[in-house]
Amino acid sequence: MTLVFLIVIALGWFFGLYFNNPSIVIIFGVFAIVLNIISYWYSDTVVIKLSGARPATREEFFDLYTVVENLSITAGLPTPKIYVVTDPAPNAFATGRDKNHAAVCATTGLLSILDRSELEGVIAHELSHIGNRDMLVSTVVVVLVGFISIISDIFMRSLWFGGGRRGNDREGESGTIFMIVGIILAILAPLIGTLIQLAISRKREYLADASGALLTRYPEGLASALQKIGQYSAPLRHQSNAIAHLYIADPTGDKKIPWYKTLLLTHPPINDRIKALLGNK
Amino acid sequence: MNTSTISIIVLIVLVLLCITLFNGLVTLRNRAREAWADIEVQLKRRYDLIPNLVNTVKGYATHESQAFEKVSQARSMAMQAGTLSQKGEAENALSGTLKSLFAISEAYPELKANTNFLELQRELSDTENKIQSARRFYNGNVRDLNTKIETFPGNMIAKMFNFAKMDFFDLGDNDAAQNPVEVKF
Repeated sequence: MTLVFLIVIALGWFFGLYFNNPSIVIIFGVFAIVLNIISYWYSDTVVIKLSGARPATREEFFDLYTVVENLSITAGLPTPKIYVVTDPAPNAFATGRDKNHAAVCATTGLLSILDRSELEGVIAHELSHIGNRDMLVSTVVVVLVGFISIISDIFMRSLWFGGGRRGNDREGESGTIFMIVGIILAILAPLIGTLIQLAISRKREYLADASGALLTRYPEGLASALQKIGQYSAPLRHQSNAIAHLYIADPTGDKKIPWYKTLLLTHPPINDRIKALLGNK
Repeated sequence: MNTSTISIIVLIVLVLLCITLFNGLVTLRNRAREAWADIEVQLKRRYDLIPNLVNTVKGYATHESQAFEKVSQARSMAMQAGTLSQKGEAENALSGTLKSLFAISEAYPELKANTNFLELQRELSDTENKIQSARRFYNGNVRDLNTKIETFPGNMIAKMFNFAKMDFFDLGDNDAAQNPVEVKF
C-alpha cells in the first residue's frame, strides 16, 4: 500500500512541475475518488443488487443462518445481513463499509455441497474479511491505483498533442531526461499499480483464511470446503468483474494456472491456500 | 537541549505510556465483562426453552417423572448459581439431565415424530452451539486481559491499580467424555 501511495506522490510531484498547472489533475482525481467512495459507502446494497441476491430467512436456510449467527458471536461482530444467490456454482462473498453495515452471501450451490463444519470454515473466512476491514483496504487501493492511471493518462495525452507549457526555463539535456523518465513512469505506473493491487488482494485472502481458521480453531473445515469448491469448474452465472475480488474463489472458474498468470489473480490458487491451512503437511 | 528539558520530555513520555497501559487494561476488562454478560444471554435462552421441552415430552412419556424432576431441579440450580465455577458445574449437571431426557425419548416413536419436539430439539442444539460460541469469545477476551496483566510493562500498572485476572469459563468438557451418560430402561 505504501508503494502505491509513493508512486502517486511521485507522479503528482512530477506533473506539478511539468505542467505548472495542477488543477486539471486535481479535478479528475477528485471525481474518481468521490465515485469510489460512494460505491464503497453503499457497498452493501450495490453489491447485493449486482449479484442478484435475495435475503435468506432463518426458516428457509436454518444452517446458514445459525452458522453466521454463531460465528459472529465468537468473533465479537454484529450479525451481518444474510443473503442467498440461486446458482449451482459454489461461492460466497462478504461486503459492507464496516461491521455495522455488513452483508454475507452464499450461493445455493455452495449450501448443497458443503457440510456444516465446511460451511463454518467458509463463513469464518467471510466474517474475517469484515473484521479485517478488507472492503476499506481494497477501496483505498483502488482509488490510489485509479489516481495513478488518470495522471499517467493525462501525461500521455499531453505528449500526443504536442507537449504542455514549460513554465520554467530548462537546459535542453535535463529537460529531455525528465521527459523520458516521465514517459516510462506514465506507461509503467498503472501496470505496476494494478499488479500491486492484485498482490494486496491475494495477501488479504490468505489473511482471511488464517483469521477464519483462528475463529473456528478448525482449519481442516475450510481446507475441505476449498477442495470441494476447486473441483467445480463452470463459471458463476451472475458474475461481475467489479466484485470478483470479494468472492471466496475466483468466480470465472479458472483451474490450471501457470505461475506467471498467478500475478493477475485476485485470489491465490486453491491448492496453495489448502497447503497453507493444513500446515504444508 | 539541556538535561532538565530532556528529563521533562522523558517524564511526559512515561506518564503517557502509563495512561495508555491503564486504559488498555480497562478496555480489556470491560470487554471480558461484556462477553460474560453475552454468555448469560445465551444461557437464559436455554432456560426459557427447557419448560416447553419438558411439557412436550410429558405429553407422551407420562411415567418418566423422575427424569422431569431431575431436569427441573438442575435448571433451578443453574439459574441460581452465582460464581463462575458454580455456574460451570450447574450447567454441566443441566446438560447431563437433558441428555438423559433425550435418551429416554428415543423409546417413544410418536414423540420423536412430533414436529414441536423436533423443533425444540433443534433450537436447544442451536442454543448449545451459541453458548459454545459465546464461551469462546469470552475466553478469548479473558486470555487477552490475563496476558496484559501478566506481561511487562502491564503488570506494574495492574499491580498499582489492582487489576485482577479473570477465570476462563471451563465447562469441564473432559469430565463428560470420561463419564458417559447412563441410560436405564
